Amino acid sequence: MKKTLLGNYAASWGAQLSRAQVISAYPITPQTLIVEKLSEIVADGKLDAKFIKVESEHSAMSGCIGASATGARAYTATSSQGLALMHEMLHWAALARLPIVMTNVNRAMAPGWSIWADQNDSLSQRDTGWMQIYASSSQDILDSTILAYKVSEKLLLPTFITFDAFFLSHTLEVVDMPPIEDVDKFLPPYNPEYKLDVNDPRSFGALTSEEHYYEFRYKMQKAMEDAIPVIKEAGREYEKLTGRYYDLIHPYRCEDADLVLVTSGTIAETTNVAVDELRKEGKKVGNLKIRIIRPYPKEDILRVIQKCKKIAVIDRNISCGYHGIFAQELKSALYNEKEIPVWGYIIGLGGRDVKIEDIKNIADETLKNDTPRDLIWKGVKL
Amino acid sequence: MVIKFRTDGKGVKITGEKDMPPMPASLGFMTWNKTSSWRNVRPVIDYDKCINCFICWKFCPEPAIRIIDEKPVIDYDYCKGCMMCAEECPKDAIKMEEEGK
Repeated sequence: MKKTLLGNYAASWGAQLSRAQVISAYPITPQTLIVEKLSEIVADGKLDAKFIKVESEHSAMSGCIGASATGARAYTATSSQGLALMHEMLHWAALARLPIVMTNVNRAMAPGWSIWADQNDSLSQRDTGWMQIYASSSQDILDSTILAYKVSEKLLLPTFITFDAFFLSHTLEVVDMPPIEDVDKFLPPYNPEYKLDVNDPRSFGALTSEEHYYEFRYKMQKAMEDAIPVIKEAGREYEKLTGRYYDLIHPYRCEDADLVLVTSGTIAETTNVAVDELRKEGKKVGNLKIRIIRPYPKEDILRVIQKCKKIAVIDRNISCGYHGIFAQELKSALYNEKEIPVWGYIIGLGGRDVKIEDIKNIADETLKNDTPRDLIWKGVKL
Repeated sequence: MVIKFRTDGKGVKITGEKDMPPMPASLGFMTWNKTSSWRNVRPVIDYDKCINCFICWKFCPEPAIRIIDEKPVIDYDYCKGCMMCAEECPKDAIKMEEEGK
């Protein structure tokens, strides 16, 4: 069934179709609509779930942790400052190996107080052990939510789906909603081996000495490595159901490209249009959309860029003191493997619009230039 | 494979990560962690004064007071010397003695 949905509502319906059983959430712009809609869905009896209103995002994630530990399918949504407040519990959820699924709306960190798109919030959580999906359309948001539960519950790793504030969260797009019967077949009820159960008591997250802690980290890393084939397998199964395939990366016109632009989120969609225009001008440019940054799809990326001559990474984020985070990740993937010069561009921080012309400008500049640079500020008012 | 909770006070026998659950669950009790070395003062029960009310047993924040033959008995392997038992005893039957005497 096709519906016209805001990106935020695509997340709400994704949680509904996944039959989330516990929703523990706290409002924050630009995410609020997601949980507001879910509270309506629950109140209308369209989803058999417990909706817990909490007093902070730290508690929102704690509620999800408790629920997930009992074997319930848990969901929450947040953004920016809220995600930052959750930070402690994000580590907890991951190391307790609880397959919680969350939606984060990418919003700039304050101050200056901002509610607009910027990826620094989610990328600051890169090392917590959560899988991170950067969605670039409302359809992607809805499908990724269902896929995230499938993959998370198989690997016992939490996942968050994240997307740009307003450019996607508050934009209407046509979304194809799969029938819930199909989703039920794809995503059976969650039934973990280890759970909190009064009839089968066990300790959970108790004091763990160095004798065991090290091995738990090892197992978590193994699960992340296993995630790459599991994500692809789930993607193919979902494709059979809906005709839509989701991979860790989505290359566009990269096969014969001299220059590959590396993008994520809504900028990736803009870049696809820019690539078409650049191709018409005879410039061999491709776009490599990174959909998932953890686990990092290194091998897939190396396959796509193996023949290109230059790479330009476009980051809507910055690790101050170094440079763009996607650029850092890409360069570390290339090291010891390929010698391809990389240009790192920063653009669109705090929700500044990124236009097709901006992307074309980046491509032209990189094609003309022969000295790669880690950090190039695009559009900064000097 | 689900590793079962052990009730004999011994942790799960683990030789490597393959024997371990994915998360820190069911690793057994903390009884291997004997906390007696934390103690500066030790509680000593005067059984002539003790009325077997077990208030000390209730208040002990560690499993360091056990009931043996209907009497409270201090387990010096785990007592951290917090003095709560002596403080709460209604008959002043528990005296704190300096360790190392």
